[in-house]
Amino acid sequence: MATATADIQQKSERASVGRWASIVQRQGVLIVLVLLIIFGALRYEGFLSPYNIASVLRYNSMFALIALGMTFVIMTGGIDLSVGAVAALASVVAALVSPNGLILGLLAGLAAGIIAGFINGWLVSRFRILPFIATLAMLLAARGIALILAKNTSVAVSYTSNFTTLGQGDFLSLPIPAILLVIAYIIGSIVLNFTSFGRHVLAVGGNEEAARLMGLPVENIKLAVYMLSGALSGLAGTILAAQFGAGQPLEGIGWELHAIASVVVGGTLLTGGVGSVWTSLVGALMLGLIFNLLNFENGRGVVSLSAYWQSVIRGLFLLIVVALQSRLTRSRET
Amino acid sequence: MANVSTPAPGTTRRLAVPDRWRSYIESYGALIGLIILFLYNVFFTNNFLTAQTLYVNLTQVATIAIVATGMTLVIATGGIDLSVGSLMAISGAIAPLIFLSQVGQGMNLAVTIPLSYLIAILITGAFGSFNGFLVAYGKIQPIIATLILYIAGRGIAQVLTNGNLQTFNNPVFQYIGMGRPAGVPFQVILMIVIVAIAAWVMRYTTFGRYVLAVGGNESAARLAGVPINRIKMAAYIISGLLSGIAGLIVIAINSSSDANLVGLNMELDAIAAVAVGGTPLTGGRATIIGTFIGALIMQLIRFTLLAHGIPDAAAMAVKAAIIVVAAMVQLRRQA
Amino acid sequence: MSEERTDLLLQMEGITKRFPGVLALQNVSLRVARGEVHALVGENGAGKSTLIKILTGAYKRDSGTIIFDGRAVEFQSPQQAQANGLSTIYQEVNLVPFRSISENIFMGREPKRFGLIDWRRMNSEASTILARFGLHVDVTQPLMNLNVAIQQMVAIARAVSFQSKLVVMDEPTSSLDEHEVETLFDVIRQLKAEGVSVIFITHRLDELYAVCDQVTIMRDGRTVDNRSMQSITKLELVARMLGKDINEVRRAGQTGFGEAVHKAQGEVLTAEHLSRGRALQDASVSVRAGEIVGLAGLLGSGRTETARVIFGADAPQSGQVQIEGKPVKFDSPADAIRAGIGFCSEDRKTEGIVPYMSVRENLTLALLPHLARYGIVERDKQEQVVDQFIKRLGIKTAGPDQPIRELSGGNQQKVLLARWLALNPRLLILDEPTRGIDVGAKGEIQALIDELARGGLGVMMITSEIEELTEGCDRVVVLRDGRTVAELPHEEVSQAAIMAAMAHGAEAGESAVSEAAGKEGANG
Repeated sequence: MATATADIQQKSERASVGRWASIVQRQGVLIVLVLLIIFGALRYEGFLSPYNIASVLRYNSMFALIALGMTFVIMTGGIDLSVGAVAALASVVAALVSPNGLILGLLAGLAAGIIAGFINGWLVSRFRILPFIATLAMLLAARGIALILAKNTSVAVSYTSNFTTLGQGDFLSLPIPAILLVIAYIIGSIVLNFTSFGRHVLAVGGNEEAARLMGLPVENIKLAVYMLSGALSGLAGTILAAQFGAGQPLEGIGWELHAIASVVVGGTLLTGGVGSVWTSLVGALMLGLIFNLLNFENGRGVVSLSAYWQSVIRGLFLLIVVALQSRLTRSRET
Repeated sequence: MANVSTPAPGTTRRLAVPDRWRSYIESYGALIGLIILFLYNVFFTNNFLTAQTLYVNLTQVATIAIVATGMTLVIATGGIDLSVGSLMAISGAIAPLIFLSQVGQGMNLAVTIPLSYLIAILITGAFGSFNGFLVAYGKIQPIIATLILYIAGRGIAQVLTNGNLQTFNNPVFQYIGMGRPAGVPFQVILMIVIVAIAAWVMRYTTFGRYVLAVGGNESAARLAGVPINRIKMAAYIISGLLSGIAGLIVIAINSSSDANLVGLNMELDAIAAVAVGGTPLTGGRATIIGTFIGALIMQLIRFTLLAHGIPDAAAMAVKAAIIVVAAMVQLRRQA
Repeated sequence: MSEERTDLLLQMEGITKRFPGVLALQNVSLRVARGEVHALVGENGAGKSTLIKILTGAYKRDSGTIIFDGRAVEFQSPQQAQANGLSTIYQEVNLVPFRSISENIFMGREPKRFGLIDWRRMNSEASTILARFGLHVDVTQPLMNLNVAIQQMVAIARAVSFQSKLVVMDEPTSSLDEHEVETLFDVIRQLKAEGVSVIFITHRLDELYAVCDQVTIMRDGRTVDNRSMQSITKLELVARMLGKDINEVRRAGQTGFGEAVHKAQGEVLTAEHLSRGRALQDASVSVRAGEIVGLAGLLGSGRTETARVIFGADAPQSGQVQIEGKPVKFDSPADAIRAGIGFCSEDRKTEGIVPYMSVRENLTLALLPHLARYGIVERDKQEQVVDQFIKRLGIKTAGPDQPIRELSGGNQQKVLLARWLALNPRLLILDEPTRGIDVGAKGEIQALIDELARGGLGVMMITSEIEELTEGCDRVVVLRDGRTVAELPHEEVSQAAIMAAMAHGAEAGESAVSEAAGKEGANG
């Protein structure tokens, strides 16, 4: 089988380009994040202070949780536009239930998210409605229901129960949302890398027809990822309510697109089939850190860049990553 | 190996009749829905058939209808434009910046006002061409390509205005949103003109046919000599230009420009109007009038529920149901 | 015609399948012994795919019996067939490109430990399976990093790891180069040695002889022959596939083409030494005004690729194209169209019609720039053109507003022909213009092409129908493996000569022609 070996050697050059590409794709964003952190640490006093780290993590945990769910959806080749509205709905539901304590409040928020995710998944997998349209409808519906439940205003959470601990509390001097975030990502990573479900999610997104021929339950896998995305949106919404002391029916506008941006910046292909959960976390943190760095820069008072630059910079990051990805995928095709 | 993929002629013809019959319902489904909504209001909503009510509804629907018209073109080519709301914010920021600037105020208003409008719209058009370039030549998925400006565009508007509210009070500058030639709100006229031109373009021009051909079968269109990249570019540019116009209307109505709010969520409203109007998101087919009807339906639902004391919020849930129904009807059609 | 063989693994008898309006399979039989590599051959539309789909449970048969491994079976799905030891390797590798080799082999039945995937075991088992075929690769790398041959082998390894008794390979070699094909053959021989049977579908004749024991030939939904590979010559094989007797004397009048030779004028097209990738290596063809040049060759011989390069749809790597003596370089089909060339693609659905547009718009899609003033389509002119062509070509449609997808295949094809004729081109390239079209419309389209050439149009026609070549064409250029191997002037165009060139290429072609001519002479 000498010919085969020669072939493989020949191809390994091509493969090494692919590997290099995937390193840039996978680790590039991590490198950027580390550079941003080093830059911040050198330039700004207090950047690495426990307080700043805790507050960055506390605030961005919501976005990162949503990005985790979005990652799974996108890996199947779908998209979930409803995450922000579902988070708002969950925040209202959780706030309404909050007098009954943290556990019930949390369960209520999660349940709201899972139900919404189930409907999304059902529409996509059973009725074959485009994910874009199905979740767009859910976005409107969840927002509407949130407003109705909240009677068009924010719903104060109970401060007498222990509910606010979820958003404001610390455990071993670590913010609880950050702990939840890490736990969620560890579980997400295990699910993706060490369970059949995780691998099948990637197979469905990589080649749906092949997945079907391989006997995978494609429809149920799709249903499950939307439910997962709903659950994580629900968790994020519950944290939102606990952190800011109110269920906020109008919060979460545009979160879906920022979550998508986090996922894409992290290197997960929007066409599905490829992805890692950690890069989405890195992507979400990087996008969040841009805001934090701008605050510090303005705090120095030398240059005044308004906070609004963050969107522009985020957009630029997205452009660079997308341009890079499209070049890489194209070089791979040839 | 497509040995039996071509159905026999008999089958095709047999299917043709119910197919067409069904397609009538589907093409007119949105219109029927609109008429039902309209009649319902005639009978059950007080003071519905007054010029006042009519104008209120038309005024509110104008910006969505204008943006959705551009969105229809983009979707017809098989794409999508998420950046429309952010582009509205950009034009809404730029026009008053020029108008209120010292140079602007120093010049004759007859020069300043058209100039500020023109520059604002041209800039959003240029951003549209950026979207189009990424999609057509960069071969980047439209969702991602336009997501870039969705995020960065509003930021640009905010940076330009430093996030400040720009207020103004000049009937000429705000004519686009406040003018009432012959008692009819100017933006309503503008909307009707734009919708009519777009419908006409889709029906009577080479461009309209090329748009449908690109979305309907890109490789066939290419082999027939259709300049697919230029057509895609054009669709995104038009979407950008129309978003710019819509942004101007919004700030004129408000007598102020708030980069944080102008055009917020517009991409979703516009896409919803397109979907409800009967244009499939998969491209290749488009109905401008349908989109217009779709926008009117969404508006009338909101109005009807409000008029009967049901909050805006419930209207959103109803809208959601309508989008799902419209999507299912379309799927039926494809089957 | 088939000798008795014992120990049959698969026995399909009397298989009939009817699609609405089409009898796709008629009393077909297929018998495969254990440890046998069985070739299944036939031209397009012969029914090979349908037969395989019935075997694997993708389609239901109308009648007939399937006995697999001693039991009568009726699989409900390819998955069920696989669970019972029958795997299929498709032409397009049906694996997940981004995932690792080992995952692709074990997808759906990953080895687990404590409920989690046991990667180490999965990788080592995958390596073991591949090692059986002498393949030593890093199984953790994504499948897409490997060339297609290795991907095919991974697919085979997946099939074999299901304890398959029979592996169906549907054109596995169509995207492989010679070395890769050789590697694949080694794997097939290995399978055979282990007692696994293989059904091998290919259009490349040499491969059949290299690896197959037995061959079943299909044509028009029937089994026409079943015998051992050694007992049939290449020429015979081609003749049986095309449904011809090599000794058959040319009979006129089977097509709508007229008999006389067209009056050829100056050269419209000269294309020389075109190459692009592996599919197209050295193709040359020329067309003069007023003649029909046939482009012959088996599937995968580079016919369509030649047409696409000439039309500017794909860029050639080398070679030269001249239109009326002037060298040209087309960057896009639009350039070619402006130079007066039209191209009807072989795949009407994906490259021809725009399904939701009307007959009128489809017909005038390429003509639009000429119909419009300031970008506004002049409706009267358009109607006029459309009416004229509907009448002239006898297009059966409810009206110009009818969506083209509702038309029959033949009428769709006429609309597409009209799309180009309306432009009044000097060169028309037709890729399988009568494929998938019912007999009546076929004759009409052939007559139309004939008439067009008489009117001075240069036509280059790619076709798999040998009558269209012998009766319709003034010259026939034969391609084989991406190269022009023969150019037969009108006097020499005969079924035997064409088939000989298709089967053997240029060098063998000469002798085969003389051999066949000798036979013909002897018979006459």
